[in-house]
Amino acid sequence: MGFKHFFSRKKSREIAKDRLKILLISDRVNCSPEMMEMIKTDIAKVISKYMQIDTKSMEIQISKTGVKGHDGKMPTLYANIPILDLHSK
Amino acid sequence: MSEVIVVTSGKGGVGKTTTSANVGTGLAAMGKRVVLIDTDIGLRNLDVVMGLENRIVYNLVDVVENKCRIKQALIKDKRHPSLYLMPSAQTKDKTAVTPEQMVRMINQLREQFDYIILDCPAGIEQGFKNAIAGADRALVVTTPEVSAIRDADRIIGLLEANDFKQIDLVINRLRPDMVKRGEMMSASDVIDILSVPLIGIVPDDENVVIATNQGEPLVGNNTLAGRAYQNICYRVTGRETPFLEFEKSFSFWTRVSGIFRKN
Repeated sequence: MGFKHFFSRKKSREIAKDRLKILLISDRVNCSPEMMEMIKTDIAKVISKYMQIDTKSMEIQISKTGVKGHDGKMPTLYANIPILDLHSK
Repeated sequence: MSEVIVVTSGKGGVGKTTTSANVGTGLAAMGKRVVLIDTDIGLRNLDVVMGLENRIVYNLVDVVENKCRIKQALIKDKRHPSLYLMPSAQTKDKTAVTPEQMVRMINQLREQFDYIILDCPAGIEQGFKNAIAGADRALVVTTPEVSAIRDADRIIGLLEANDFKQIDLVINRLRPDMVKRGEMMSASDVIDILSVPLIGIVPDDENVVIATNQGEPLVGNNTLAGRAYQNICYRVTGRETPFLEFEKSFSFWTRVSGIFRKN
């Protein structure tokens, strides 16, 4: 472990949380992290047509605790996209 | 009215059997009529955790194959007169029983017991399907580790797909010192990720190993884990019970104010 690394080291608790969040998204939709990444870039591309967004900090997530569908809980896709400028470029 | 609870986790070695034994024993100590069913056919363990391994004559497979009556397979606990164990078979494999047979057996047991607790095998195959078939609610056991939480999430998804209305989470082997150092996920981290209600947190406690060595569940005794399991039993019956002190990540100041509150 290098000197600089020692001070900037992220605690393993945070690392575990971050890894799980990504892992469970793909587990829950039954699709690979690569595909989730592709969905994310595609969404970003479409929204970017209309407004400036922060693509780096945007998040997408599939959650089971979403709206009630006709047969119980329906998985829902949540996208958290920070808008930098509402007006188009 | 009886309630059938399956104790499951997906991943092996997180404490399903220990949880089953302690919750069953704790409920019996509260005066409830309880039967513990070991559904892990081929790898039975609940009998040794309960210290009843020398009393087995018939087992679950004998019952479903009609080689004996249910009553003959039930082993009475050493300490609690209202607690019984239905041991699993050691020499058969999981395909020896079907979900339909399990449901039939459980429905017969409902008449005689307040709580029927099913100790589920690891995995999501036949053994899991057998164990959840006749259950009303589930206790999902996990530890604050990435692999166990991932499997718990999978299990919760499968339980929801099977129309389970009540799924509660037991977080096992939590180490408050490591959480404080930022090297272990806290209980609230785990709940955030899994988004199911929490029914108990059991700290990592060497007394669990000692209790297992002796074949005597530690629920209700004055160890951290014993108290934690006791509280889970209260919550299972619907009694509201505050979480133990180690379960909160308290700061120096709340600890100081806690000292004053005691006086």
